[in-house]
Amino acid sequence: MKEFNTDKLPKKQILSMQIDLSQFEAATDEEKTQHEKMRESTTFFKDGMRRLFKNPLAVISIIVLMILVATIVIVPEIYPYSYSQMIEVNGKRDKTAKNLAPFEYSKNELKAIEQGQEIFPHIFGTDELCRDYFIRVVYGTRVSLIVGLFASLIVLVIGLLYGSIAGYCGGKVDLVMMRIVDIIYSLPDTLMVILLSVVLNQVIGTALQGTFIARIGTNMVSLFAVFGLLYWVSMARLVRGQILSIKNNEYVLAARAIGTKPSRIIAKHILPNCMSVIFISVALQIPSAIFTESFLSFIGLGVQAPMPSLGSLANAARGGMQAYPHKMVFPALFICLIVLSFNLLGDGLRDAFDPKLRR
Amino acid sequence: MLKYAVKRILLAIVTVFIIAAITFFSMNAIPGGPFSKEKAGDPAVQAVLEKRFGLDKPVHEQFIMYLGNVLRGDFGISLKTGRDISQTISESFAVSARLGGMAAATAVCIGLVLGAIAALSRGKWPDRLIIFVTTLFVSVPSFILATLLLLVFCLMLGWFGVWSPNNPNYVLPVISLALYPMSYITRLTKSSMLDVLGQDYIRTARAKGVRESLVIFKHALRNALIPVITYVGPMTAYILTGSMVVETVFTVGGLGTKFVSAINNQDYPMIMGVTLFLAILMVAATLISDLVYKVVDPRISFD
Repeated sequence: MKEFNTDKLPKKQILSMQIDLSQFEAATDEEKTQHEKMRESTTFFKDGMRRLFKNPLAVISIIVLMILVATIVIVPEIYPYSYSQMIEVNGKRDKTAKNLAPFEYSKNELKAIEQGQEIFPHIFGTDELCRDYFIRVVYGTRVSLIVGLFASLIVLVIGLLYGSIAGYCGGKVDLVMMRIVDIIYSLPDTLMVILLSVVLNQVIGTALQGTFIARIGTNMVSLFAVFGLLYWVSMARLVRGQILSIKNNEYVLAARAIGTKPSRIIAKHILPNCMSVIFISVALQIPSAIFTESFLSFIGLGVQAPMPSLGSLANAARGGMQAYPHKMVFPALFICLIVLSFNLLGDGLRDAFDPKLRR
Repeated sequence: MLKYAVKRILLAIVTVFIIAAITFFSMNAIPGGPFSKEKAGDPAVQAVLEKRFGLDKPVHEQFIMYLGNVLRGDFGISLKTGRDISQTISESFAVSARLGGMAAATAVCIGLVLGAIAALSRGKWPDRLIIFVTTLFVSVPSFILATLLLLVFCLMLGWFGVWSPNNPNYVLPVISLALYPMSYITRLTKSSMLDVLGQDYIRTARAKGVRESLVIFKHALRNALIPVITYVGPMTAYILTGSMVVETVFTVGGLGTKFVSAINNQDYPMIMGVTLFLAILMVAATLISDLVYKVVDPRISFD
């Protein structure tokens, strides 16, 4: 800024309104900062996150989920047993290590410990095939979480594409596309999951034999296929509804007026504005996918043995439930913990990010 | 209204048709028919058998035949037991229907009361407690809940007898089937009740000095019930599929148990038949709840 020198100013007339600058003091830097805005400007995302972290239940569920994710990533790397390996002592299969209680050692293991060997304790005991149960539960959590995430991702991608095309195009395209959605929506989903799993198992089971996918189990593949075929419809409806309401905003009109391509308008202007609603719905989709997987495991259409999932572990434990209740309790606890955390997180996200709920 | 009803019924018919098509073509897609070569041996015998059951005709004619059979209530014959599937369904569905009906009634009654209490005590401890408990219940898969109930109350405490056909004890199966829909209805009632309580006509009623109990029961609760009607369809679907699990756990000899054992035995005609039967029930329940919803609340307009 230009420095004013009081001497160089024009001479004052008697009746002049000229301000006498010599009576003023320049503001110090400290005083200048006081005139700046009081609060950092905030974005929608930051504001939502601030609200989310004020919600104790949401914070607890985030922490629980982070601990779970850390466990399923780290534990299989450092744990001395593998999920399909029967317990061995000195290189021999230990047949006494059957159905051990948590932190119990088998007879052979006790002998080995007396001889000075160190043996890692079985934190959750062992199962009926002498496999360490803790690592099986951890693996089961891994499988269940991956199923939940993948299924939600499939639903998200298909629903997003379909819904945004239908919503943006409108007119006849929208009408036809939404009629298809109506029909798929009215199919009873759980029954269709069962039916398609039964059929796909038979049809693709033989075709995939020996490949990588066969190891995951054709049941898993058919589960994903079913999610891709059926569950995306509610996501598509949600996206379409959002787009219809955003489409008529002025900034979309402006973008169209300067000749922006529809794909760019959808990706740049419309989708970011309905992201929060979509993410909330994804967060609530994950527990429902985990539910479906555990339900299918229960009726015998789950993951391929020896791969465990939480549902199949809990189902397998029903047999010896009276004698070994811990085998039922641990996987059940993990399922409930995961589903509860995702539900609470979803509720928290909705409270924090849904503009309609703001007062 | 009439236009909407006709449209809705047409959609339901199309849905049932599509489900029938899916079951039929799934059956066809599964390799190995009932008279496949390794079983029949003699080609002449096989040809006669195929002609007898119409398997020599083109697929679309077979499909029309299948539809006709389904309309007459003929779902075919079980591979495992050799019995008529529709007969098995009609025998075993009675138990399932009784179980499901009781569960639905319990869920609706308790859910409404809890939801109303939660809405009226918003932010206070009864509301928090109810919301906490219902959040917990929607996070437990039904088979785990059923197994734990069986373990604790039947086997460890011995309060309830284990299920037997002569001495059926409905308490535990009904509880394990009802808790999830009950929690859902509670949350639904709470949010719709809160919605209604903020409306102008409630303020008017209070302003002109209507008793609080009358405001709640006559003005608020009646209107808050409307959204709950829409849940009847999904609830039927949940209870029908949930009963597969609950019946298996409690060894109730209903349709659910039959269905699960059919899956384990790979008894495909039985799976398809029961699927189609349950699907028709679910579609019908959704149709009825949609129509009732429209009749009860004429303000709602569907495009």
